[in-house]
Amino acid sequence: MSEQPSVLLGYLRAMWVIRHFEEALDDLFGRSLIRGTCHLCVGQEAAAVGACAALRADDQINSTHRGHGHFLAKGGDPRRVMAELFGRATGYAGGRGGSQHMAGWDIGFLGSNGITGGGIPVATGAALSAKLQNTGRVVVSFFGDGATAQGAFHEALNMGSLWTLPIVYFCENNLYAMSTPLRSHSAVSSIAERAAAYGMPGVEVDGNDLLAVRDAVATAAARARGGEGPTLIDCRTYRFLGHSKSDKREYRTEEEEAAARRRDPILRFRALLLEQGHASESELAAVEEDARNLISEAVEFAQASPLPEGDPSAKVYAP
Amino acid sequence: MTDRGREVVFAQAIRTALREEMQRDESVILWGQDIGVYGGVYGATTGLQREFGEDRVRDAPISEMAIAGVAVGAALLGMRPVVEIMYADFLMHAADAIANQAAKWRFMSGGQFKVPAVFRSPAGGGSGYAAQHSQNIESWFCHIPGLKVVCPCMPRDARGLLKSAIRDDNPVVFLEHKSHYTYRGPMPKEEELLPLGKADVKREGTDVTLVSWSRNLLWALEAADKLREEGVSIEVIDPMTLFPLDLDTILESLAKTGRLVVSHEAHAFCGVGAEIIAQVVEGHMDLLKAAPKRVSAVACPLPYSEPLEKAALPDADDIAAAVRQVVR
Ligand SMILES: Cc1ncc(C[n+]2csc(CCOP(=O)(O)OP(=O)(O)O)c2C)c(N)n1
Ligand SMILES: [Mg+2]
Repeated sequence: MSEQPSVLLGYLRAMWVIRHFEEALDDLFGRSLIRGTCHLCVGQEAAAVGACAALRADDQINSTHRGHGHFLAKGGDPRRVMAELFGRATGYAGGRGGSQHMAGWDIGFLGSNGITGGGIPVATGAALSAKLQNTGRVVVSFFGDGATAQGAFHEALNMGSLWTLPIVYFCENNLYAMSTPLRSHSAVSSIAERAAAYGMPGVEVDGNDLLAVRDAVATAAARARGGEGPTLIDCRTYRFLGHSKSDKREYRTEEEEAAARRRDPILRFRALLLEQGHASESELAAVEEDARNLISEAVEFAQASPLPEGDPSAKVYAP
Repeated sequence: MTDRGREVVFAQAIRTALREEMQRDESVILWGQDIGVYGGVYGATTGLQREFGEDRVRDAPISEMAIAGVAVGAALLGMRPVVEIMYADFLMHAADAIANQAAKWRFMSGGQFKVPAVFRSPAGGGSGYAAQHSQNIESWFCHIPGLKVVCPCMPRDARGLLKSAIRDDNPVVFLEHKSHYTYRGPMPKEEELLPLGKADVKREGTDVTLVSWSRNLLWALEAADKLREEGVSIEVIDPMTLFPLDLDTILESLAKTGRLVVSHEAHAFCGVGAEIIAQVVEGHMDLLKAAPKRVSAVACPLPYSEPLEKAALPDADDIAAAVRQVVR
């Protein structure tokens, strides 16, 4: 397939947006400008951008506690995502949701989730609606390797397969569930292998290779749209930073982290674009600069936005 | 004065109880998510895996239903598991094991079985953890016959009660407050066991009986301080165990004060405050000089944003305002 340079630069830009967004957050948390907790996806950008690149705008996704990247990749406005994290009235949920409970109806983002595995059945239900309503839409459910130990994972994949639903189960396998390595929380070393238990294809993909991720999801989405049912994707990646802000990372070595950083998905993709002559050094630098500016603006927008006020119980029920 | 021991943070009180009971009894075993090297999300188990080994302190997969269910089976066979559910919101995953299995097997077996398991979990809000990481669901478990429910506030009490919970032959849901693990308070050096089902009078007073528990007790004590300056004398009672409830201590206090305020961080509807007031009104109306009052959260999932979360949660001013109303 011949790749369009402008599209490729778009992918790169989307990854930089996520990287700068997360690094800005890391800094803001460090300075106690943002409360609660938050889980950053630095190092995992190719998974989010690659997967969303394979989708139609009206396809839907849902996500996890580590969901800022997915939200941005699906088309979320960084200013309003940042405003949500600052607890501002201009945030996507007016400050009610926060980092782990993002939602963006208009962009087909059906929620990140504070409950590990909690989103997988919900996405399966969205796929059931897509099938019954004949929308032709596909749903992608993002979850971590740790979530595959939940009953919700097993139950939903079994139903999704039984009912031949248009869904892609996308496991962002960063090899750890908090401090617990894959080998200590999963009885099998490949998440893809689990697919056999639900009668669906299981695909392993290098999650730091954006084009490989995009193509794997494109194949799975075509299969889902064609009425052939779900696919389980085991997307191998690595989170560069701690699980959350309080993580001292005593469960892994500096060598392991350094090796992972050498597989940085963004630098890798950037080098590829240069090597294959899709873009010049100055074009590549401009893309990153552009993303950095976008995030500075997002922080400014968020900080200048008003805090929510009024009755905290407004919006609990639909009228 | 008796030995006040040393000051410890709440997390250390929990750790002390676990450690003492593990040293005393080989059958006490722990598991939960990230409780080994990581030491638990709030550090309650720091160092225990190093000290007692991986057989007795296990990291578990993210499988709350099995974490709790496996505890039921191990307890049936004579172990004393103390499992940590990382946040109380995830007790909902574990609820089948706790409510349908642990709580009922003594009864369903006609008294043949016993389930000496403890389910520890951090509950509560106030830290911006938002809707799915902030809930107070003690009343859910109080509604299940067969369970005991403990909600300590002071580090000393947490240690003494957790030790009793571990030795108890019944399943105990032990709720700690997530914004409270670094709260400091005295704890005696020597071993201390506090009985489940016994309240503690935290401050003596004569005008109003104020009942509160978990971290919210701190706001009750703060309100009591404030009102003392206004000349109102408040007796503050911490039930510590919510089921079985020590009504007697509350009634003894009401015999003096005749006025009752109950405050908790959970919202009011079907909360434990409703039960306490119902029991008082139903059987002991004669003790009351004024209608009792509740002070609790707004009925909503807890919002992330600070001003909204603050507005949703009760504080010392809210409690003081309620007390002023009942003494008026
Ligand atoms: C039901 C439930 N159990 C536990 C947690 C606490 N928790 C949050 S994230 C996490 C680890 C998740 O690991 P994984 O699914 O691999 O995602 P990652 O953090 O690696 O992106 C845990 C244990 C939770 N949020 N929900
Ligand atoms: Mg993971």
